[in-house]
Amino acid sequence: MAVQLQLKQGELIALLEGEIDHHSARELREEIDSTASRTRPHTLTLDFSRVQFMDSSGVGLIMGRYRLASEWGGQVCVANLPERLEKLVSLAGIRELCTVVRTEEEEK
Amino acid sequence: MKTEPINEMKLVFPSSSSNEGFARAAVAAFAAQLDPTVDEISDIRTAVSEAVTNCIVHAYRDTIGKIEILMRLYEGGKLVIQVKDKGCGMEDVEKAMEPLFTTGGEERAGLGFAVMESFMNRLHVTSRPGKGTCVTMEKRLVGRSGYGR
Repeated sequence: MAVQLQLKQGELIALLEGEIDHHSARELREEIDSTASRTRPHTLTLDFSRVQFMDSSGVGLIMGRYRLASEWGGQVCVANLPERLEKLVSLAGIRELCTVVRTEEEEK
Repeated sequence: MKTEPINEMKLVFPSSSSNEGFARAAVAAFAAQLDPTVDEISDIRTAVSEAVTNCIVHAYRDTIGKIEILMRLYEGGKLVIQVKDKGCGMEDVEKAMEPLFTTGGEERAGLGFAVMESFMNRLHVTSRPGKGTCVTMEKRLVGRSGYGR
């Protein structure tokens, strides 16, 4: 599991890669939070396009970042959710907290 | 009359979080003999991940114990997965199973049992404080070949 972080005009984009479970979520959280707390982005975008698997730890990750960004009035955006994760995200009611969007297809 | 499984397998491993991925992969490999669909495999992997995470986060909170997974396959495509621990157990199983209830802290969504319940066809949980917990999940696999239909 890895994350690439990119700051673009006050938006912090976290490109998540691999499998998100309880084990990997901690490292992701630490990496995202250290940059987010420092840069205080107006939008924290979590890009799931390269996530192969996630369980409710991924939901916890989204909810935790929502709480963090709220501290400075920022919002969380969930981008490019693969279809197989749709069921979990609906069950968790993520859409009530965050906007779920599809950004342009990235090149392979 | 009790039906005998056509195949069964037992897996025992320590409750280190680094074993979560391994547990999912092992159960998925066992289920693969039924030629399940991508969605079915994804449901099983997710449910197993939740059950194993519960053992790690709750049952063996400050310690490392043994997690046992028993997989059984029955005629007609029925898969039964049992995840057992000898950890702290729960006083109130019903309360623990309520969506959004968690004792796992801020980063836990409290959705583990809700996910197991909705991703599998049946879920049964027994627990005794100080003795451990046993989660039994059942899924009927139709599979790509329609074997279980």
